[in-house]
Parts: sequence; C-alpha cells; structure tokens
Amino acid sequence: MTTTTKTTPVEYLLRLADDNVVIGQRLGEYISRAPDLEEDLAVANIALDHIGVAQHLFSYAGELEGAGRTEDDLAFGRTERAFTNALLVEQPHDGFGDLIARQFLFDAYQLELWTALSDSSDERLGGIAAKAAKEARYHLRHSSSWVIRLGDGTEESHRRIQEAIDAMWRFTGELFDTDGVDRAAGVDPASLRQAWEATVDDVLSEATLNKPDDPYQATGGRSGVHGEHLGHLLAEMQSMQRTYPGLEW
Amino acid sequence: MTVSVEELLAEVVDPEIPVLTIADLGVLRGVSVDDGHVTVTITPTYSGCPALGVIEEDIVAVLNAAGYDRVSVNTVYKPAWTTEWMNEDARRKLDDYGIAPPTTQGPVLCPQCSEADTSVVSLFGSTACKALMVCGSCGEPFDHFKAI
Repeated sequence: MTTTTKTTPVEYLLRLADDNVVIGQRLGEYISRAPDLEEDLAVANIALDHIGVAQHLFSYAGELEGAGRTEDDLAFGRTERAFTNALLVEQPHDGFGDLIARQFLFDAYQLELWTALSDSSDERLGGIAAKAAKEARYHLRHSSSWVIRLGDGTEESHRRIQEAIDAMWRFTGELFDTDGVDRAAGVDPASLRQAWEATVDDVLSEATLNKPDDPYQATGGRSGVHGEHLGHLLAEMQSMQRTYPGLEW
Repeated sequence: MTVSVEELLAEVVDPEIPVLTIADLGVLRGVSVDDGHVTVTITPTYSGCPALGVIEEDIVAVLNAAGYDRVSVNTVYKPAWTTEWMNEDARRKLDDYGIAPPTTQGPVLCPQCSEADTSVVSLFGSTACKALMVCGSCGEPFDHFKAI
C-alpha cells in the first residue's frame, strides 16, 4: 500500500463484511438440499466467494481498528446487535425459490456496489471490490438464469418464485438507504438504485414475473436492529468459537 | 545457493490443479530479494479460494528448504486476477490434463476429442475456478476453467 491511499471507516467495512458472511452462512445451510448435485456445488461455491470476501474485509477492518481483533473475532465474537448486515441477507429460505430470489436481488445490488467501490480511494478496499465485482457478475448470471427458468417454467415454479420475490421485496429498499457511514466511505447507495432496478426489471420481465410494488420497506439492519432470524443464524455460525474461544483449525 | 528464487518458485503448484505452477496461473505477482530476505507477492484467483493458504505455506516451505530462512508472502488484490494472465503453455497443460482452458470467444473445445459441440451443465464445478460442461460429440463430461 502506498502512503497516499485513504482508509475507510471500520464501521463501513464491517457492514460490507457482515452482508457477505451472513449470506454465505445462509447459502451454506442449503448445501446438500439443492434440487440436484450441480446446484449443491453452485451454492457451495457462491457461499465460498461470499465468505472469502467477508474474510478479507474483516481482516482489513481488524487492522484498521487497531484493537487486536482478528477476522475470526469479528465474525464469531460479535453479538447480533453489533452486526450491521442488511435485513435481506438474513432472511431464511423454505425452498430453493426463496434462496434464488434472495440471491438474485442481492447479486444485482452487489454487482453495482463492488463496481463503484473498485475505484475507491482506499486502495485495499478497491482491490477487494474489483475482485468481488467479477464474482458478483458471475453469481448474478447464475441467479438470473434460475429466476428466468423458474418464472418462465411451470405453473408451479412460476407461482413459487413469484411468491419468493414478493416476500423478499420489502427488504430491498434498505440496500439503498444512505447514512453518514456510506457518505464517509464515498459511495452513496442511493446512486446504485437505478442500475439495480434496470437489471431487476429486465430479468423479471424475461421471467414473466411481476415486479412487486409493496410500499412497506423494512429497515434497521444497518443500525443493528434485526428480525428474529439473525440471532438463530449467529447462534449456529458462532457455536464453535463460543464453545471453544480462540479455537483454530 | 545456486538455484534462483524464481526457479524454486517454479516448483510451487496449485494444490487443486497440480499441472499448473503459480507462475502459470498468474497468481505469482512478484519476487524480490533484499539482503537475503525474500518477499513473494501473490494474488488470489477467487476471494474464497481455499488453495491460497496452501500456496502460501508451500512458498515458505520450498524457500526454507533451499536455505532462505527469511520469507514473507504478501497478498495483493489489485489488479484483480484474470484468466488472461494465463500463458499459452499453461493453457496447453490444462487441456492435456483434461480441463478446457478459459475461453472468452468461440466455443469451448472438448479436451478429450477437441470437438466444439459442448454445452454447460453447471456454471459451478468442483472448484471455485471451474464450470462443469459436457461434450455432445464424445459424451464426456469435463471441467472448463472459467474465464474471468
């Protein structure tokens, strides 16, 4: 790193990392339950990318914070209220349609976010983002193709993916809310909305699905106020480190 | 010491695709030796690639065994790794190994029978860097190194 590079607020890095570790954990829950073996591999690979991004971000956040916390401390040692992931990523899934709907809406957002952050004046964040942008593009290709396949598939698959998109929709608004933390990091989430909507509109239309117009949009994730699901997710994710603090493989 | 650091590092292979060295892959980004202290710079292929940790350990082990006691391995993220860094030699080695090399234009050729009648089975394969394909001509499934 050169000395001219700017650094990013730790709070912002944690926000990005939390989104990725939580959705990585959600995807991990589904491995072995996908419709076929190929999808099990896909879900595992996508989870790995997200957890990898989270690991790089946690590690950087820990260094900047300077309090001696490692990537493991940040992922496995913080409580629910300290997590600032968006509500969308913590949403549970009953079936494959829910997983795909959540992933598609998130992938389309992540692609725009990472692309914007690739030019960050913080070189290290810019590097992580440039890599993550490539991965997000590939993830989006996968999730979009499933939205289209299910939406434009049978009556049953159409109904189920539409219900899943409808159910996840109320958690999308929060992705584009702006606060002081975002402003300090240099990318205004609101500026990503138009490109995100264009992607979502194109895919939903090809999938013969309706775009939801749910006026209710839930918020709170960015300030650590979560739904009932995150606590359960963290209890499982953190159980090893809580039981054996400092455990290393 | 008669063997250069570069020659030593040519022994370090990707643990998941052992026909490719880290130089072939483009994972090796730089080497510098300063007063006996070796600094090796690498970049991850994918953010979550589990091979990176093993590669780091292998670099240190190979150099230590050759008498270089002070070794640091730096990880850089920018510029982001791309399959375009893979040289012709590496692409041929992959193909011989049964993995279709990354292709951005034109059809992916079957590494078994070289036919172009191939299709994607799954965008994700046995490792983060590969997709699963099948050849319509010889019927063999095969891995395709994803172009990114």
